[in-house]
Amino acid sequence: MAASGEALTPQGYIQHHLTNLTAGEGIWTWHVDSLFFSVGLGVLFLWVFRSVAKKATTGVPGKLQCFVEMIVEFVDNSVKETFHGKNALIAPLALTIFVWIFLMNFMDMIPVDWLPELAMAMGVPYLKVVPSTDLNITFSLALGVFLLIIYYSIKVKGVSGFAKELTLQPFNHKAMIPVNLLLESVTLIAKPISLALRLFGNLYAGELIFILIALMYGTNLALSALGVTLHLGWLIFHILVITLQAFIFMMLTIVYLSMAHEDH
Amino acid sequence: MNIGITLLWQTLAFAIFVWFCMKYVWPPLLAAIEERQKKIADGLADADRAAKDLELAQAKATDQLKEAKASANEIIESANKRKAQIVDEAKAEADAERAKIIAQGHAEIEAERNRVKEELRKQVASLAIQGAEKILERSIDPDAHSDIVEKLVAEI
Repeated sequence: MAASGEALTPQGYIQHHLTNLTAGEGIWTWHVDSLFFSVGLGVLFLWVFRSVAKKATTGVPGKLQCFVEMIVEFVDNSVKETFHGKNALIAPLALTIFVWIFLMNFMDMIPVDWLPELAMAMGVPYLKVVPSTDLNITFSLALGVFLLIIYYSIKVKGVSGFAKELTLQPFNHKAMIPVNLLLESVTLIAKPISLALRLFGNLYAGELIFILIALMYGTNLALSALGVTLHLGWLIFHILVITLQAFIFMMLTIVYLSMAHEDH
Repeated sequence: MNIGITLLWQTLAFAIFVWFCMKYVWPPLLAAIEERQKKIADGLADADRAAKDLELAQAKATDQLKEAKASANEIIESANKRKAQIVDEAKAEADAERAKIIAQGHAEIEAERNRVKEELRKQVASLAIQGAEKILERSIDPDAHSDIVEKLVAEI
């Protein structure tokens, strides 16, 4: 139910939910809520995992350690299956991406009104709870991956090797260099963009549907009952979506970095 | 939905998170996991080895049991053989002894009979002499007529 003054109409309600808490103007705009939640979740992830890692026993593990180890092993296996080089960064990177994105996506499962209403009560006018519905966040992750792709491409193949890869494929002929460059650049740029937009699109759509379902609660009893059913169904389905999206982001990161390491 | 400075801050946070994870989270966790995997693998290998050892020991025990049975049978058989032998020997000895005793008896009987015969002969002789004395009513000088007496004795 929309309790804010401006959000009495459905449009206003949706609009309110999709507005970030901002500070600053134009390009210098800080999305305070996205940063707060994403960094907070990142710190939570690192804190939990670090505390488990510090106490990690080789004997019989506790339940939390088991859980953490399951995730770590799952990520480790995924990395080992896909990435055949030797690189100490890839696996921790994949773990960070997987868990962090999962946690950010998980914010989607919290009923859409809880945290914004709470913030409203504390005098914060806008609050967008799910960081991965913010393009800034998804693009920042993709940007990090993109920079690593470029870094490792140059590190493994050298500048000339990387340049050759960009210019002499797929048509190995001097006259085709511009065409190759165009094609390869698009391929290269498409990687981070597809990463960012896929995550953003899925979560944004999911969040929007949660908001639409939440709209039904404000009307009458029958619609509210239907809303509860829909909410439950979408929530259960969304458990799959958020995990899958985190997994896809992680897998593609591994694949891209593995490709960056391959010398043709 | 505008892209802004948030993106850069977020990228920085991402980099720091990855660095921290790589430095402080991943290595100890993976080390613990790998250590435990090794322990479990060792344990399983030990269990396998123990099972194999047990199997070997059982086979060995069965073999030894079989061997022991065989040697027991052998001993029993040889004991039986020995028993039969002893019994045979004893029988033979007893037969010999019996034969000897019988032979001795026969000899004694023979000797006794001879002695008795002699005695009888003598008595008969003396009887004959007494009878003759009575008939002749005079005594015969045994010395003077010993040849006659002896002849008589030999005839009896």
